[in-house]
Amino acid sequence: MMLRTDCLKEIANLRGDALVVAVYSSAFEWIGISPHPLNFLSVGAMGQASSSALGFAIGLPNRKVIVIDGDGSLLMNLGSLVTIACVAPANLTHFVCQNGCYEANGDHPIPGEDKVSFSGFAHAAGYRLVTEFSDLNTLRTDLPAFMQAEGPTFAALHVQAGEKPALDYSLMHGAEARRSFQASLDAIVGHRR
Amino acid sequence: MTQGSEGTGMLDGRAIIDAMRSAGLDTIVSLPDITTSAGLLWPISKESDIRLVRVCKEDEGVSICAALALCRKRSALLMQQTGLFDSLNAVRGIAVEYKLPVCMFVGLLGKEPGVAPPQNKRYSVRVVQPVLDAMEVPNFCIEDNRDIAKIGPAVDRAYAESQPVVVLFGRRVQP
Repeated sequence: MMLRTDCLKEIANLRGDALVVAVYSSAFEWIGISPHPLNFLSVGAMGQASSSALGFAIGLPNRKVIVIDGDGSLLMNLGSLVTIACVAPANLTHFVCQNGCYEANGDHPIPGEDKVSFSGFAHAAGYRLVTEFSDLNTLRTDLPAFMQAEGPTFAALHVQAGEKPALDYSLMHGAEARRSFQASLDAIVGHRR
Repeated sequence: MTQGSEGTGMLDGRAIIDAMRSAGLDTIVSLPDITTSAGLLWPISKESDIRLVRVCKEDEGVSICAALALCRKRSALLMQQTGLFDSLNAVRGIAVEYKLPVCMFVGLLGKEPGVAPPQNKRYSVRVVQPVLDAMEVPNFCIEDNRDIAKIGPAVDRAYAESQPVVVLFGRRVQP
């Protein structure tokens, strides 16, 4: 079992200029670990991170798109695994932080917390490369090749939360955050207002 | 109340696809709906200049279209009203609250042709527009070829004002 923050730091070291979609507790940690104008914080419609990431991957085919999903979130949108595998965006890397609970909603266990295999779902859906990490040293060794592999790729990260991040939702829901993200995307796609 | 009773009494899929294309909608995200299957979805699936993304559940499409809008690309979600109902939290959280131009084209399964949706006998048809109105989602119903001209301006308005729009198909679309 790894600390989620340790995993996120490893991903952050390798993100380059990738657009990153992150959810809930992971997102709050992520914006502290890897502040970047191309962080898209997916909250408010739980489960939609993977679909948002697919939209970005289609819209920005030359840009790496990383989604840092939650296990409870992905359970709400398992069909997106099939859709993503079918579209098969080469630029999409999908992580799920598997901690077995709805951390932002009282730490209740997810259904099947000790049985469900998210990598099994992704493999069966047809992702090009699927793996799991539960040891930080292995993650450090294998993550560079994993993140360079042609997508869609999927990795289940077996994690435990560290100290609970402050859940300041105004950071995510705020109009300023949305404007900043849009301005960054506009610069990439060459859109002039 | 009747709607479209003075028109041709039909919806031509080819004209709708042309209207979508003219409005810049080059990606269609969809789940099949029998109201639009033969007239829209099958023809769209054969169009080389329109990307079709088949999703497993309609709320995926809300997010995909919203992300494409952030990338300044125009797209639309084609579905049945049952899928719209299933997607309402995504519509609420992503399209309405985050003010994103998600364009939704919705077949009204079970609607009586020529009868405005709120006057329909079927609950599943009758409540669609009141629900959308309550959610402050702009919407209108087309059921005659004369109405197809409304599609382009509605899509343009959605993108100009960064807000969702729902176009309801009030009768089966013909190929």
